[in-house]
Amino acid sequence: MSGGAGIPWPVPLSLLAALALAIVPMPEGLALLRPEWVALVLIYWAMAFPQRIGVFTAFVSGLLLDVLLGQLLGQNAVAMALVAYLTIQLHSRLRVYPVWQQMIVVIGLIALYKLVALWPQGLTGLPPGTPWYWAPVLSSALVWPLIFVLLRDVRKRWLLHLT
Amino acid sequence: MVLVGVALMVLDHRLNELQTVRSVLATVAYPIQVAVDAPIRAGSRVLESFSSREDLVVENRILRRENSELRARQLRFEALQAENDRLRALLNTARQADEEVQVAQILAVDLDPFRQQIVLDKGQRDAVYAGQPVIDADGVVGQILSAQRSSATALLISDPGHALPVVSARTGLRGIVVGTGNPQRLHMRHVPPQEDIVEGDLLLTSGLGGRFPADYPVARVTSVERPPGEPFLAIEAEPLAALDRSREVLLLWMEDHERDAIPTPLPTEDETETGPAS
Repeated sequence: MSGGAGIPWPVPLSLLAALALAIVPMPEGLALLRPEWVALVLIYWAMAFPQRIGVFTAFVSGLLLDVLLGQLLGQNAVAMALVAYLTIQLHSRLRVYPVWQQMIVVIGLIALYKLVALWPQGLTGLPPGTPWYWAPVLSSALVWPLIFVLLRDVRKRWLLHLT
Repeated sequence: MVLVGVALMVLDHRLNELQTVRSVLATVAYPIQVAVDAPIRAGSRVLESFSSREDLVVENRILRRENSELRARQLRFEALQAENDRLRALLNTARQADEEVQVAQILAVDLDPFRQQIVLDKGQRDAVYAGQPVIDADGVVGQILSAQRSSATALLISDPGHALPVVSARTGLRGIVVGTGNPQRLHMRHVPPQEDIVEGDLLLTSGLGGRFPADYPVARVTSVERPPGEPFLAIEAEPLAALDRSREVLLLWMEDHERDAIPTPLPTEDETETGPAS
């Protein structure tokens, strides 16, 4: 975890936690509002360590999410990679934004994520067909401050020496 | 990366070459599923151990009674089965295949909220194969989509991509039951308006798809409408199986499969049109 461009250990750990959160059973109504935990955690780490966390990490975690959710392989992977790429492009700007402005960017990123993931679903003939599909965009933005504060503390505690 | 992803999606959808990739990834993902499931299961176990002795005694009594009733019925069933076999032998028709069942637990994990899938705790180790029928005590639940080493994903009959050939128990009318995405509602497709089907009709599997054995209850018709100008009836049915409530399901092995994996078509390809009854 010290030298070069290795991935610091809290990153895979938090991604695993996010993957678990993505499949934790929720009550019927709330399940549709489930935030995109994996994408959020990934956005944070890509913003914090743009040199270390990149498209590849995003792709792999997206692939795992595909398998966990029983969706088409690659559907979330591509969307996740795209989100990571954009975050890395925006990272220097994102870092100086106040949290509420970051939330707006998160809305944009998650909306894009959902849009890209919607595409293959439409092509395979099984579009969700309700506006509820977009509900996680808002709920994700709402939990962003939580993710941000939590992961920032993790970073300040253990990874302050890294860039 | 995007290209790789798109290639993956195409391959996954069109072919089944990715079954191995998927099961490798699923094996990696399995600990996550177990980690999510374990505390929930432990919680329900704790609740169970706190239930009062009185409750348990009452439940025990009910179960005992039910068990003896079922056993009495089983006696008759065996006699009838033997008689059926004999009559079939007389008629020179094929003997009905025997089926074997095994109980599987549903893991408490949520999947894509817009698809109807469940994860079971039995996998290839227990000879689960893709395409295998899944039922519960009340009716057909769905079929296995993919089997990993120690877990399997099943597609419920309520998934919009699932189609199941059925037959009406009252009239013998054949049709196809398609999921709607709502676990309480199914549609029956391609039934011409002059057909005899009414509310309350019981739909059984017809066995025509070759995937499910015949004569398992699937659903009960809840409404029949004749939309003007449409060539077919709009029929809604309610599944008999507790699709969104049960914690346990039964896996069926048909004897002629000899417990080996068959090559698996995609669930959507299951829409083998048996066509409307003439």
